[in-house]
Amino acid sequence: MNEMELLTWARGPGLNIAIGLFILGMLWRLVEIYTLGRKKDLAPARNAPGASGWHTVVRRSMPPHGMLKRSPISYIGGYIFHIGLFIVVFLFAPHIKLVDSLLGLSWPGLPSQVIDAVTVVTLATMLLVLFDRINNPVKRYLSTVGDYAAWMLTFLPLLTGFLAVKHLLLPYTTMLALHILSVELLLVALPFTKLIHVFTLFASRWYNGDISGKRGVPV
Amino acid sequence: MSASLQKGINALKEVIDAPVASFFASCVHCGLCAEACLFYTETGDPKYTPIHKLEPLKRVYQQEYTLLGRLAKMTGLAKPVTDDELEAWSELVYDSCTMCGRCSMVCPVGNDLTYMIRKLREGMAVSGHAPEGIVNATKRTVELGGPMGLKWPAVQNVIKHVEADSGHKVPVDQAGAEYMVLLSSMEIVNYPEYIGALARIFNKAGITWTLSSEAFEATNAGIQIGNSDLAREIVSRIVNAAEKLGVKKVLSPECGHAYMAIRWEGPNLVGRPFKFEVVHVLELLDELRAKGVLKMKDKLKTPVTLHDPCQIVRRGGVLNAPEALLKEVVVEFRPMTDHGKMNWCCGGGGGASAIHEPAAEELRFTAFKRKKAQIEETGVNTMVTFCANCRITLEESIDHFEMNTQLLGLTELLAEHLED
Repeated sequence: MNEMELLTWARGPGLNIAIGLFILGMLWRLVEIYTLGRKKDLAPARNAPGASGWHTVVRRSMPPHGMLKRSPISYIGGYIFHIGLFIVVFLFAPHIKLVDSLLGLSWPGLPSQVIDAVTVVTLATMLLVLFDRINNPVKRYLSTVGDYAAWMLTFLPLLTGFLAVKHLLLPYTTMLALHILSVELLLVALPFTKLIHVFTLFASRWYNGDISGKRGVPV
Repeated sequence: MSASLQKGINALKEVIDAPVASFFASCVHCGLCAEACLFYTETGDPKYTPIHKLEPLKRVYQQEYTLLGRLAKMTGLAKPVTDDELEAWSELVYDSCTMCGRCSMVCPVGNDLTYMIRKLREGMAVSGHAPEGIVNATKRTVELGGPMGLKWPAVQNVIKHVEADSGHKVPVDQAGAEYMVLLSSMEIVNYPEYIGALARIFNKAGITWTLSSEAFEATNAGIQIGNSDLAREIVSRIVNAAEKLGVKKVLSPECGHAYMAIRWEGPNLVGRPFKFEVVHVLELLDELRAKGVLKMKDKLKTPVTLHDPCQIVRRGGVLNAPEALLKEVVVEFRPMTDHGKMNWCCGGGGGASAIHEPAAEELRFTAFKRKKAQIEETGVNTMVTFCANCRITLEESIDHFEMNTQLLGLTELLAEHLED
């Protein structure tokens, strides 16, 4: 298989397989998690303004009082690389074209120079948070192979995408094929790693806000 | 596998629900929960990271309820939860967790870690890995009626003294009263002034009330140890007594977990809503304040700060009454930097204060350094609180560090300054 055939496979059958596995994996996990259900709370609820699951879904995106100072790298690094990933994944013109070809949905993108800059910042921030994971005693203590694998699964598509666009290191065709393959790996692994938080965090925040909300505490 | 371990794992399997599964799935090991936990911030030891304390529950969840975990278990690749591990975890689940709920306030993916600790304790308790101090307190509550082994004749004795000192009658077993008042043993023994204070306030407001000779104890060690069967038995006494007397409301005292037990866990433990309303004493007092019934003759001159008990405020939802009431009775109130629902725990909640092993006591004093710094920052020598257990824990620590801090109970303080 030469690089062109590899790219063709990655773009065609590879992508279909990856998306298929991703959808099946996600469905499986979501069913596995949420069909466990929960018991009805029989204590009469106390209502208070701002105390509900939905409030917490939104509110928990901001650092609670005093926390930014206690862990600036987690918050600032976290914001930068999450927003950076969002911009690169959803506002890069070729990505929008791909979604358009698959789903017929389209929206305006950002100029490629902006995407380049965001990518560099995001890559650098991801290296910083990796360093923090190794350096911070709590993060190091909690970290397992899964944490480093999840980092790598996220970092590789970003890196290969940047190298492909910039025609660096390997021929464009090869690098683009590697980029697509790394995304496919990410898709297949996502439901079974901590990366699933992309979806479950909304439900988790909602449950937390709901549990406290019934007691009249906005959290 | 020992029979008790099997029981413990079964208990864990039973309490795992969709929120638990969602929380474990969402955790990204960011470690921010550690920054909210006084056992981590004051020791710097990463083993006190809240999510790490949940490791046994997480593995039972994975091995029982996830495809990959079940495959790993079948092929022998999964690490099973053992008795030795649970024994080692006792320190993390009880000594160094007061279920204060601060970690649940900060987790960026929204995990309610305290909700999970409460559930993990179910497995710890039935597998025999709860600390002796809490086991004994629970035993005394089930067998004798209260965690301190206090029986009704002793309470009657205290009532006699209170009636003589306060000049107010303390009604007992009066059917049809509006309120049935619950107490905590700690109050009866150490702060009987609380009962006199209540008698004064009820009389002033013209509200009928009663104690029950069958259920005077509000505390529920079953909740602290994490055994729902025992917790149900203890809470049922109150429910039966209140429904027998036909009271409209049951008044929960200045005790954190007692409020949690009767107000929030109670109906879920007995499996049905109560036929009465549960009211925290501060909610009642705040209602009287708003009505203008609770008028003060004078105010405390010395500046004060306030320690918010976690189970009443952050986990209990009595958010606004404490400060509103305090401001009625003091000239100057200096709140701590982190107060209200973001307060820091006294270090002895969730049953921790019942553990008397030297290492656990030492850890409590270390954790108290957070509160100590908070008190010192306010620059006052008087601290008001409204939980008998906080009060005992704080007093022990204040003595230990030879601090010059005076502690006052909020209800008592209000009663002392109440208009005649």
